Amino acid sequence: MALPRIIVVGGGLAGLAAVIKIAEAGGAVDLFSIVPVKRSHSVCAQGGINAAKNLKGEGDTTWQHFDDTIYGGDFLANQTPVKAMCEAAPAIIDLLDRMGVPFNRTPEGMLDFRRFGGTLYHRTAFAGATTGQQLLYALDEQVRRYEAEGKVRKFEGWEFLSAVIDGKGQARGITALNLRTMELRSFPAEALILATGGIGAIFGKSTNSVVCTGSAQSAVFQQGAWYANGEFIQVHPTSIPGEDKLRLMSESARGEGGRVWVPRAPGDKRPAKQIPEAERFYFLEEWYPKYGNLVPRDVATRAIHRVVYEEGLGVDGQPMVYLDLTHIDRATLDRKLGGILEIYEKFVGVDPHVEPMKIFPGMHYTMGGLWVDFNQMTNIPGIFAAGECEYQYHGANRLGANSLMSCIYGGFQAGPNALTYAKDLPAADGDGGQAAEVARQAEINNRLMQNQGTENPFKIWRELGNIMTEHAAVIRYNKGLKQADAKIVELLERYKNVNLADRSQWANTSFAFARQLKNMLELARTVVQGALLRDESRGAHYKPEFPERNDEKFLKTTKAIFTGDVAGPRFEFEDVDIQYIKPRRRSYDATK
Amino acid sequence: MADKKLQLEIKRQASPDDPAEWERFELDWRPGMNLVSAMMDIAANPVTADGRPTTPVTYDSNCLEEICGSCAMRINGKARMACSALIDNLEQPIRVEPLSKFPLVRDLQVDRSVLFENLKAVKAWVPVDGTYDLGEGPRVYPQQQEANYPLSNCISCTCCMEVCPQFNESTGFVGAATIAQVKLFNNHPTGKVFKEERLRALAGDGGIQECGFAQNCVEACPKQLPLTEAISDLGREVAVQKVKDFLRK
Repeated sequence: MALPRIIVVGGGLAGLAAVIKIAEAGGAVDLFSIVPVKRSHSVCAQGGINAAKNLKGEGDTTWQHFDDTIYGGDFLANQTPVKAMCEAAPAIIDLLDRMGVPFNRTPEGMLDFRRFGGTLYHRTAFAGATTGQQLLYALDEQVRRYEAEGKVRKFEGWEFLSAVIDGKGQARGITALNLRTMELRSFPAEALILATGGIGAIFGKSTNSVVCTGSAQSAVFQQGAWYANGEFIQVHPTSIPGEDKLRLMSESARGEGGRVWVPRAPGDKRPAKQIPEAERFYFLEEWYPKYGNLVPRDVATRAIHRVVYEEGLGVDGQPMVYLDLTHIDRATLDRKLGGILEIYEKFVGVDPHVEPMKIFPGMHYTMGGLWVDFNQMTNIPGIFAAGECEYQYHGANRLGANSLMSCIYGGFQAGPNALTYAKDLPAADGDGGQAAEVARQAEINNRLMQNQGTENPFKIWRELGNIMTEHAAVIRYNKGLKQADAKIVELLERYKNVNLADRSQWANTSFAFARQLKNMLELARTVVQGALLRDESRGAHYKPEFPERNDEKFLKTTKAIFTGDVAGPRFEFEDVDIQYIKPRRRSYDATK
Repeated sequence: MADKKLQLEIKRQASPDDPAEWERFELDWRPGMNLVSAMMDIAANPVTADGRPTTPVTYDSNCLEEICGSCAMRINGKARMACSALIDNLEQPIRVEPLSKFPLVRDLQVDRSVLFENLKAVKAWVPVDGTYDLGEGPRVYPQQQEANYPLSNCISCTCCMEVCPQFNESTGFVGAATIAQVKLFNNHPTGKVFKEERLRALAGDGGIQECGFAQNCVEACPKQLPLTEAISDLGREVAVQKVKDFLRK
C-alpha cells in the first residue's frame, strides 16, 4: 500500500515540527504556506522558550512548570496535555540545541536560562532576543533537508481555502489558491494538519504578521469544526505603537531587569533621565512585590491600563509608560537583548540603552483556537491542528515563552497522530468530494471577482480592527460587546457589496485579502459573542461588571459552533480536565 | 499639519509580460509612517495623484519588523526593507521599484527562490540523527556562540545579492548570503561533518571565486552580517580544499 499522504498547512514552528515528525516516520508530506516558510510569523518571537531544565540550582521541576502554566492560565487549560508538554519540554530544548540553534551559553558552555513572567525560576532558554527566528530556522533547515531528499513537497505561495470533506464527514484533502497564477485546485490527502497561527489581523493592528488573519481556521470553523475559548485574547503589556502595526517589545526586557514606571506627578514634563528615583512610580514593583515586573501579561497589561486611564499618569499625558533598561550595562544588553533594542532604535529613532522606551499594550496572541482532542484532532475526523490556531495549552492566559514550546510540542504530537489516523483510513468513495469542493470554491471566487459593489475591503477591515480593539481587548463591557457584534453583522452585510479595485488573474493580492476578510469577520463573532456569554473575569478576559472568577458557572471550555444564521454561532460549554491541580485563587501580589 | 502630504512614485508592472510604468501617489502624511503603511493607505484608496483609479500595489510583506526578510525592494535607488524605511527619513518623491536581479512577478514582487535553492545545494543544515531524545547537544562556549549568532541572523532578504555586481546570469554567483551560511554550518560541532562537501559546492562555476570584493553586500545587509569576513575566510578554505582534492587524485 502507498504511504499515506499528509497535508500540513502553515510553515511556522508547529507546521514544520509536524512535517519533520511525519517525514522521519516515513510518511509523505505536502507543506502549504502563503509565504516561503522561512518567513513565517514564528520569526517574530523574541524572548525565549520554556523548559524546566533546572540548570541554575533552583530546584525547578517539570511539575513546577506545569503548575505555573495552569495557574498562569487561571485553570482553564485541560491539565493532561499541559502536563505532558511540560514533561517533554527539556528533551525538546536538547533537540533544538542539537539542531544548531545558537542558544546563549554560560561560561562553562551550558545552555543559559533567564526569567520570564509568571514564574520565579530561570526557565527560559534564549538565543539573544531573536529566539523565534533561530528556532524557526533550525526547523526550516531540517525540512529543507527532507525536501532535498524528496520526502517533503513544498507549496509556498499557495493559500488554503477549505478542507475537502467526504460524504462520511471525514477530511480527504484541501482546496488551495495559487497566489501568483490564481489557480484553484484540490489536493487529496488522508489527513491534514492546520498550523496556521494567530488571528491578530482581526484586531487591525497587533503584534502579529500580515498573514495572521485566522482565515484558515475560520474556514474550517465554517465547515463544522468547533472553535474553543475564542474570547481569550492576550494583549501584550509592552508593544511599540506604529502606523502599520504594533511592534513587540519582548518580555525578556523585563526578564533581564527592565523596570516599568511612570512619573509620580501627572503631566510631569521633565525628560525621563531628569526625574529622580523618588519621583518615579514603579507601579508593578509596588503592587506586586513578589513578582514585580514579571507578573503575567494579563496582570501587567491591566496595571498599565489602570495607571494610564484611571490614575492619569501616562507619560506626557499619552497612553504610554516607560520600560527602562538604562541602568543595565551596554555589553549585557547587547549580548542578551540586542535584537529587540535594534528594533526599537530603528523604528522609533531613540536609543534604548540611553533613554527609557515608551511602550503600551498591544494585541498579541489568541489563547483560543480550534477545538482539539488530546491527540490534536478537531471534531472533524482527519483534520488536526497545532500551534496558536488551536486552544489547548494556555487556558485563559499564556505565560511568556510557553508558546514556542506549545507550537513545537503540538506539532510533534499532531504529526505522528495524523499519520496513525491516516494509515487506518479506508479509501474514499469516488473522489472523496474533491470536485464538489472545488466547484463550491470556484463559485465563491467568481462571485467575488465579478461583484459590482462600492465597498473597499481594506476599509471594512480597518473598521473591524477599530471596533474589536475598542470593545474586545483589555477591558470588556457587555454593552460594548453587543455593539461590536452588531457592527460585525453590519460589516458582513457590507461585505456583500465589496468591490475589488483589481480584477486581474495574476498575483491579485486584493482578491486574496477579500477572501481572508470574510473569514476574519466570521471568526470575530466567536471572540465577541464568547466574551459576551462569559460573565466573569478570568485570565485575559476581564469584565469590570463581573470582576471575580466564577468557577461554579464558568470553569468551562467555550465551544462555538457555526450555524450560518445571522444570530451567529451556537455555544456549548465543556468541563475542564482538572485532575492534577485543584483550582485555587490566582493572585500575584504574594507567592502563589 | 493635517494637510501635510507625502509624494510617492511606484514602478508598476502588471505581469512579467506587461510593460512597466511609473505611477505617482500623493498621500496624507502622519507621524511615524513607514513605506508599508503608505502602501496600505494606497490599498484602502487606490487612486493615483492625478485622480486615476488604479490597483493596490502587489508587494511581499509579512512581519513588518525587519525579521522575516519579505519586503526587500529598491527605495530611492537603494536595496532595503520597506518596513524599516521611515517616511520622514526619505527624500521625496520617494521612488520605489522592485529588486532588479530577480524574476519579476508583479509590481514590487519578485521571485527570490534562488536563495533557497542555493541553501539546499550547500546542505545548510545540521544532520541530526533524529528527533527522538538523544540527550544534550554538544558544549558550545559563549565565544563560539557569539561568533555564530550573527551569521544565524540572516533573514534571506537577498539585499546582498541585489547590490552585488557579480550576482548576475553570466557568473551564476551564489552570493554572499549562502556563503555566510556555509561558514555558520561549518562552524557547528555537528554541522561540520559536511564541511568538505560545502567547500566543494562553493568551488565550481558560480562559486566563491566569482566574488570581486566590491563589498556592497556588507553595506546593504540590514542585519549587519559579517559577510566580507565570511567570504574571505571561506575563500581561503575553498582554495585549500581544492589543493587537497587535487593531491588526492
